[in-house]
Amino acid sequence: MNTNFMPVAEPIAKLIEEFNKLPGIGPKSAQRLTYYLLQVPAEKAEALAEAITAVKEKLSLCSICFNITDSDPCVICRDEERDHTKICVVEEPIDILPLERTKKYKGLYHVLHGVIAPSDGIGPEELKFKELLSRLNDGLVTEVILATNPNLEGEATAMYLQRLIAPLGIRITRLARGLPYGGDLEYADDVTLSRALEGRQEM
Amino acid sequence: MTAPRVYQTEAIIIKRIKLGEADRILTLYTPELGKIKAVAKGTRRPKSKLGGHVELLTHSLLMLARGRNLDIITQAQTIDNFLPLKDDLERIYRGLYISELVDSFTAEHIENRRLFDLLLNSLHQLSQAQNGELVLRYFELRLLDYIGYRPQLQRCANCSSPLQPATNFFSSSQGGILCHECAYQEPIARPLSLNALKVLRLWQDCDYATASRVKTNRELSSELEQVMREYIKYLLERQLKSTAWLDKLKQESHQPM
Repeated sequence: MNTNFMPVAEPIAKLIEEFNKLPGIGPKSAQRLTYYLLQVPAEKAEALAEAITAVKEKLSLCSICFNITDSDPCVICRDEERDHTKICVVEEPIDILPLERTKKYKGLYHVLHGVIAPSDGIGPEELKFKELLSRLNDGLVTEVILATNPNLEGEATAMYLQRLIAPLGIRITRLARGLPYGGDLEYADDVTLSRALEGRQEM
Repeated sequence: MTAPRVYQTEAIIIKRIKLGEADRILTLYTPELGKIKAVAKGTRRPKSKLGGHVELLTHSLLMLARGRNLDIITQAQTIDNFLPLKDDLERIYRGLYISELVDSFTAEHIENRRLFDLLLNSLHQLSQAQNGELVLRYFELRLLDYIGYRPQLQRCANCSSPLQPATNFFSSSQGGILCHECAYQEPIARPLSLNALKVLRLWQDCDYATASRVKTNRELSSELEQVMREYIKYLLERQLKSTAWLDKLKQESHQPM
């Protein structure tokens, strides 16, 4: 946003401009946030500023699984209680949260930081593929769970990983694809329904 | 009279980008409206009713409502999801490559029925065909034809003299074949074998069924790939990003790791 011609003090214009760069924040929201911060007590504004610097300074990527962490290795990789023979491969750090919420999975993770997207120029070199393969080489891991998103790029990335890992003789599994709980058959697309039929289970 | 507030169209989803929390902006190729962009709300949630109906490389019937900037998809029903294509790594990326080609060579809201039919037909062919590379070359040649870059293959693109039945030259800047005389003046023109020229000439005017009967060995197939790639790169003034990944996959399948 061009704030050059606005008759406001330079620091205000600067803050509006910075807010405006954030996802989902347009010029009007940026102004509202800025003027809100102007009237809050100084300590509240400082707390926000500190929180922002802290995430940038203290957080890094775990050198094993590439999750975002404030200690290296991260809490999950360090945890002796967890099953170190299983690795669940996800696209983004945020994908770990819903999996952890299920409390069904006690193994480790590996974050790829994206999917193969040829038209954006993103191939295996841009993602944490090499790092995953070297983790599998120590012979400790017996199962890799591919949990990339169930869409075209996620499926293709899983297929490519399967091709890379298969020669190592490790068990490779893929999260089941089917109908969402609480959903409606009427709205299910053919691909999802076909997969659900293929993966049907004895009751 | 104002345009209707909601409308229905067939579309092939050729590109998507994430928008906000759970939405996506889709790039659609349609028979009557050409390329358009539209918002699919909530498609990244598992319970989205649009979900799989607006997945990449899917042929769907869509209902759209006019929005302020972008139109919004309100209903979607799959016509063909090209499932056999989506079960195979090479096929998927060939499909994404022809999508990138269409996206790169078209502007929004320009109807091109022949191009829509070509894209649809090529996705069908990619779902079945053994020789996916041939489908790609045929697609490239016909695409260039339909958008006004049909290469001149019948006579010299510079002096219009008839071509000798021997190795001639392909010039991307002249958009066609050069005879020996004219090729001297254009050192960047690449030699093109007589066989490659014959194949290109045939494909330029035949349907897919005839085109697929052409037998190419690896040498000829790579010559055709290179000449088309150079011409496309010249026209777009950049390399298509998908090509690097297609090359890598091809390389790996020839020499398993």
